[in-house]
Amino acid sequence: MVGAGLVVIGVGMGIGRIGGSAMEAIGRQPDAYGKIQTAMLIAAALVEGIGFAALFAV
Amino acid sequence: MLSMQHKTNANLFLFLALFFAPFFLQANDSKPSGDLKTEIKEYISHHLEDAYDFSLFSYTNASGEHIYIGIPLPVILWDDGLQIFSSSKLHHGEHVAQVGTNYYKLDHGKIYKTDAEGTINYDETQHATNVAPIDLSITKGVASMLLIAILMFYLFSSLARSYSNTGGVPAGIGRFFEPIVLYIRDDIARPNIGEKKYGKYMNFLLTVFFFIWFLNLMGLTPLGVNVTGNIAVTFGLALLTFLITNLTGTKDYWLHIFDPLGASMKWYAKIPLYIILIPIEVLGIFIKPFSLLIRLYANMQAGHIVLMSLIGLMFIFKSWLGSPLSFGLAFAISIIELLVALLQAYIFTMLSALYFGFAAEEHEHH
Repeated sequence: MVGAGLVVIGVGMGIGRIGGSAMEAIGRQPDAYGKIQTAMLIAAALVEGIGFAALFAV
Repeated sequence: MLSMQHKTNANLFLFLALFFAPFFLQANDSKPSGDLKTEIKEYISHHLEDAYDFSLFSYTNASGEHIYIGIPLPVILWDDGLQIFSSSKLHHGEHVAQVGTNYYKLDHGKIYKTDAEGTINYDETQHATNVAPIDLSITKGVASMLLIAILMFYLFSSLARSYSNTGGVPAGIGRFFEPIVLYIRDDIARPNIGEKKYGKYMNFLLTVFFFIWFLNLMGLTPLGVNVTGNIAVTFGLALLTFLITNLTGTKDYWLHIFDPLGASMKWYAKIPLYIILIPIEVLGIFIKPFSLLIRLYANMQAGHIVLMSLIGLMFIFKSWLGSPLSFGLAFAISIIELLVALLQAYIFTMLSALYFGFAAEEHEHH
């Protein structure tokens, strides 16, 4: 159960960083909004996938 | 005036939320609370599994019989010849079903062959030791997939036909779907696969996007289907991506896996590197579709578990607080699930396109 909590903390931090960085990037270059969003979603999905895999292993 | 109306609406909402609470409380009053928690857990895991019928709700009548309201589906078994009968004969495992000279009984979601009394023998680990015939039934999941397939076929073939009648202007429901189709072509397929080759992958990308999206949305209806949260289904979808990626792989795709450094290094210098690099690249071929199947499965499964658990709160609290709380939370999560349904379909399509892009890449040789 502790493992599940640690996994969620890790995934939360990871997705939070991705989202935050994407916000900053969009702030710097609003024109590239679409491309940044796509890259953000892919990265977030990858982190989330690892999180789910770990949760199911726990 | 306006605030009066607002207040009436709020009261109506509260009334509706509270109205149903006593019925559920009555139904579970006789059981101790520890029992109730296991019952809710069993109910949730039962909901996540595939079933032999669409069941909407059930109740116990005055004579103590369980009455199930729902739509039965055909059961098809291979047991020395084809046995086809309606799943209503199984009575949710409460009675034994007689088909010709054979007897079948439903036990923990599986059909077993039994004697006329419906005896099921268990081994030490609580697994049934009866013979399980080969099961080809049209289950809830299969029926929903067939339904969605027919719907998609009708929807998109009539959409395609309508273009020839109107001279290229979308009509009716096409006005809603055309931007989505264009988005998949222009923002998913083209940038990831490349201008030259995206065409031959479009059929799969469009089909898989709408198939997953529609099935995800169907999972949010009270029919209680959980198709995309079934690992066998997501495995099938990921297998298609895997096969298409590797069967359409160009020479450069395979070179990238088995000779990633190319001519930039002497062959004897590559050997120690390749002992590590090639196994990783080969594993990557399998990890990519595997992550696809786990992601879709886990997301949809988790969504259903959260939603069912929040509804289960109502039975655990057993007070006037429980119903509005569980209704409010379940409502909010349902809205998020609407978004997740679209997002997961998008992610699956997007990553498939990305993998197809790897397979279709062609480097310029100098």
